[in-house]
Amino acid sequence: MRTLAKEAPALLVLGALAAAPWLGFGESWALTLLARAMILAMAAVSLSFLVGGAGLVSLGHAAMLGFGAYAVVILDDAQIVEAWVVLPVAITAAAGFALVTGAVAIRTSGVHFIMITLAFGQMAYFTATSLSGYGGDDGYTLYARTELGGSRILSDRLSFHFICLGALTLTWLVCRMLLASRFGRVLRAVRGNPLRAQALGFSPYPYRLLAYVIAGGLAGAAGFLFANATEFVAPAYIAWQRSGELLFMVILGGIGGLHGALLGAFGFVLLEEVLSHQWEHWRIAFGVLLILAVLYLPGGLAGLPAQLARRRGGG
Amino acid sequence: MSLTLLLVQGLNGLQLGILLFLIAAGLTLVFGVMDFINLAHGVQYMLGAYLAAYFAAQTGSFWWALALALPAALLVGLVLEVLVFRHLYDRDHLAQVLATFGVILILNDGVKWLFGAAPLQVPMPADLTGGIPIMDGLLYPHYRLAIIGGGLATAGLLWWLVERTRIGMLIRAGATNAPMVAALGIDIRRLFMVVFGFGAMLAGFAGVMAAPILSVEPGMGDNLLILAFVVIVIGGIGSVRGAFLAALLVGLVETLGRSLMPDLLRLLLDASQARQVGAALASMLVYIAMAAILAFRPAGLFPVRAG
Repeated sequence: MRTLAKEAPALLVLGALAAAPWLGFGESWALTLLARAMILAMAAVSLSFLVGGAGLVSLGHAAMLGFGAYAVVILDDAQIVEAWVVLPVAITAAAGFALVTGAVAIRTSGVHFIMITLAFGQMAYFTATSLSGYGGDDGYTLYARTELGGSRILSDRLSFHFICLGALTLTWLVCRMLLASRFGRVLRAVRGNPLRAQALGFSPYPYRLLAYVIAGGLAGAAGFLFANATEFVAPAYIAWQRSGELLFMVILGGIGGLHGALLGAFGFVLLEEVLSHQWEHWRIAFGVLLILAVLYLPGGLAGLPAQLARRRGGG
Repeated sequence: MSLTLLLVQGLNGLQLGILLFLIAAGLTLVFGVMDFINLAHGVQYMLGAYLAAYFAAQTGSFWWALALALPAALLVGLVLEVLVFRHLYDRDHLAQVLATFGVILILNDGVKWLFGAAPLQVPMPADLTGGIPIMDGLLYPHYRLAIIGGGLATAGLLWWLVERTRIGMLIRAGATNAPMVAALGIDIRRLFMVVFGFGAMLAGFAGVMAAPILSVEPGMGDNLLILAFVVIVIGGIGSVRGAFLAALLVGLVETLGRSLMPDLLRLLLDASQARQVGAALASMLVYIAMAAILAFRPAGLFPVRAG
């Protein structure tokens, strides 16, 4: 029962998404917005797994998303649009990039790790801008969305909504299971005190690297969906600012649990949608809110009820 | 002919390295002394360039713009320290990354709001518009040489400040062990503020000097920030000497890689392929160099903090 109560916010969000098309969010702009939120939530959940679970603050997570998206682009250019081919390639490409860069980055910790993931993320970005065969800086428009077993199920808005929802739910379940498993406990032990974990006989390096690769692969799957949602991929999607936004989602929701990343991603997309319609220079307001959230909301949105209760109890 | 090209590109690389050093020096000190990760350091460089553009338009003189932009950059740095950064020293790196990211969003769109999204031009100082002949029919601009000279002079001044003065001694001690310095009765908060303001001014100085040769536009600091991070990771966090050598290395690798890589690859591939692969490889070169150095020395070339 207690675990159910703890997972209530996440289940509530996922349930609301399942019902959304019949709750007044069935129009195409609303579905587009929700798809974007769900896909970003996938990436945010995988990043939350990394930050909250393994204590690895990556500032290059958007690059993983980018590897997934560019896998779709490159295969689209070669006229391969079968999901059973494209999706595994997208996941493998992102996980492979995570493996290669993680092998170097995980050797370091703390601030070094942040900066090295940032640098590798930018490396991916600049490489994408120099791919002149795939539009370079300007980006690449897909000929068509990926097909599943020859059927164009991804092109139907409502089906795509549920595909995204399924993928998000799966991502959430995988991360949750991993965190609850022995693997997840070792990760938390390493995060808490690497030396102690080592003394107990767990070498931190392979565990952290595996976590990094898994999070990369999940973000690659999100990238696959992202490319299909927008039918357009540009290097701007994987610039380091996007990585910063993903981290913002994670901390806006709160890193105490994975449901924080869900709340954070939806809060972020909603805020962006509202603000960008109000004011041309909405990012200023966005930045102010970000700073205020960091200074006054240490537990994130998920920690807000507890924070308010504490204040009421204290005052 | 190709030797001339090498010389010109070498000088350009040196000039990029000098600009990088001015940005990285403040970053590495802020980092080393306060263990504070400041993503907003790149926008302080951008602000320097915008302040130069603004003051140059007002006064009509580059030198007045330089003289006015430096204290203004210092002031902005101090205001940011008091308003935002001061409250983050005790927080974890994640909070620091996010709050300073917020500062980037505010300032990048702030300058767009105030000055428009179109790039601004800053005229070169009139007395430095010419060039010196380095080979027949080829002039190297005086102004770029002045950047190299000015940067080297600043590096020398910085060396003197850090190695030979009392405040420099405190900064070095703070980079090695800040709590110990505080325990010895030094007001570490004030030291932090001085270092922070000084770093902001150095980044602003780099922005002012870059303004006449680059277009002044929102987001211009972001890419240099990443390179500056690479520099201080390679150089070793907190080490000004490491930052200097690493900045020159990164500047040269970046510039020479971009100009030579396609030519080198042409020996192996056909022309159009060489151009594409070369461009991709050149943009990765700096990061590959960083990975290679970190594989052998995870704490950088000149690690400061023991343990």
